Amino acid sequence: MLTLNNLCVHFPTKNGLVRAVDDISLTLHPGEILGLVGESGSGKSTVGKATLRLLDVTSGNIVLDGEDVTHATGSGLKPLRTKAQMIFQDPHSSLNPRMTVGRIVAEPLVIHTKIRGHRLTETTAKILDRVGLPSQFLHRYPHELSGGQKQRVAIARALTVDPDMLILDEPTSALDVSVQAQILEFLKELHAERPRMTSLFISHNLAVVRYLCHRIAVMYLGKIVEEGPVAAVFSNPCHPYTKALLSAVPLPQAEQNDSRIRLEGDLPSPVNPPTGCAFHPRCQVAVAGKCDVEPPNWVDLGNARARCHLIEEQAE
Amino acid sequence: MSLETSSKNNGLMDKRSNRISVLAPVSEVDRFREYRRMWATFRKSYSSMAGLFIVATFLILAAVGPSIVPFPEDALGSIHLERKLQPPDATHWFGTDEVGMDIYSRVVVGARTTLWIGVTITGIAILIGVPLGLLAGFGNIWVRESIMRVTDVFLSIPGLILAIAIVGALGPGILNAMIALSLVWWPGYVRLVQSKVLSIRNETYVEAARSIGASDFRIIFLHILPNCMSPIVVKASMDMGMAILGAASLGFLGLGAQPPYPEWGAMISIGKNYLPDWWWYTLFPGLAIYFTVLGFNLLGDGLRDMLDPKQRS
Repeated sequence: MLTLNNLCVHFPTKNGLVRAVDDISLTLHPGEILGLVGESGSGKSTVGKATLRLLDVTSGNIVLDGEDVTHATGSGLKPLRTKAQMIFQDPHSSLNPRMTVGRIVAEPLVIHTKIRGHRLTETTAKILDRVGLPSQFLHRYPHELSGGQKQRVAIARALTVDPDMLILDEPTSALDVSVQAQILEFLKELHAERPRMTSLFISHNLAVVRYLCHRIAVMYLGKIVEEGPVAAVFSNPCHPYTKALLSAVPLPQAEQNDSRIRLEGDLPSPVNPPTGCAFHPRCQVAVAGKCDVEPPNWVDLGNARARCHLIEEQAE
Repeated sequence: MSLETSSKNNGLMDKRSNRISVLAPVSEVDRFREYRRMWATFRKSYSSMAGLFIVATFLILAAVGPSIVPFPEDALGSIHLERKLQPPDATHWFGTDEVGMDIYSRVVVGARTTLWIGVTITGIAILIGVPLGLLAGFGNIWVRESIMRVTDVFLSIPGLILAIAIVGALGPGILNAMIALSLVWWPGYVRLVQSKVLSIRNETYVEAARSIGASDFRIIFLHILPNCMSPIVVKASMDMGMAILGAASLGFLGLGAQPPYPEWGAMISIGKNYLPDWWWYTLFPGLAIYFTVLGFNLLGDGLRDMLDPKQRS
């Protein structure tokens, strides 16, 4: 459905080139939900925005449903704009405060179709109904809605054009826990109803990824370090970073929390990434003279893959 | 009504075809909720209501002025030397001037001139300033820099001085005064709109609009401009007052409307020669300017409070 080939997104700044996304390759098959996780600043949102061409791609390419949209402009972007939609993290700022809910949800139809007037209202009401909002909301303004309702409106807007691909950029992290559960439940139902619906779910919440996603990709400093089916990665994480992330998830049993791997320090600057494996300054098992010199290659682990010298050695 | 949980029960899994029939009819009253709420905010403030009252009175006078005044012919200059410089009395409420024209009639008829001046100057300034501001905020660095530097040049010269220079070049007259003031008034709008656009263009809803395929044109006029409207409306209502004052100042200097044209600033300009003995000659046009400018400023303050999104959450 979606293929990212060697995608790079670099931003020139006064301090140097920020390599927000550095050589990422991902493939999403139809019907799949891929969870993209990583800590703040790892570039996961940038991947989402670049995929929709909201940011300029430095190199690499984006293939959506067999069509290369990396350099599409003008009307060439239309397939991307109708097939792929994004749901943003903060529903309070992703809706235009001067537009009614009805106009917000109808806007994609106004842009891409010739539906107008009564039929437009009817279609909009139908879509609102699908996300569980009554048609009275058509004439409300976003500030009259709760966070969960706003996020439903945002989802309704994304579903208006019947997309096959959703980029979900931390869609629940700005919401209350109880509302988060409803939105996740809704997304799961949506995928159950539409077998072709493919999602890139960007999150830092591993529990949510485990609940919703089929596959997971772990990002560190603009690069993917491990990727595989959710079950495999969660039960048997290979990369030391993934291990640390998973061990940071609080467990209900008190005694097991002792095994937690504590990561020292902060994410290094993407302007000046560490040599070799980007994770080596914080890695507890890094091998001096190897991890800090040579960037690791992908190691195939059956249906999963990881990028670490230690696994490479084990495999040999 | 539990809206949050309804998707579980009736949202997705239902047959969509039979859902439309059960949708509640959309009430038309619902549409005006927002305006009713704004009006409630506005009404709470006495000063805003006073501003609205003054401006409404001014607009009514401008509309019906010539037909309600006792001596309509005096507004355009007729000479009655037998009743010159009479103090206010029952016949001539505001007294008469040096050629016997009724000052009350001239002040009331002058409202129309004043409104015309205010609307034209503010209108031209908005028509020039807002598009340039949108362009400067949305365009690339070259467009922005060239527009903003020209704006800075205009802003660095005191407006009235520049206006005096322009009228000096064009020749005195009400029309030239308005052209001059319009030409010095637009840079304020460019600054205001440009800074607002710069902050709005990075909002998530603009990014969302782009992600659904909205054109630049659509983004500027449907997503950015409406969200810039409240400062523009507020500035415009304040500028009405300031433009009137500016035109009156030019009139006072003899560069604006020429006598016997009924313009308040020009009336004061001549009346100042008759101070302090014939005080009514300057006092009443002066009060008219004072209240009109005050009214527009109070109204602008009220509009700002009303349109502030923080008031509405």
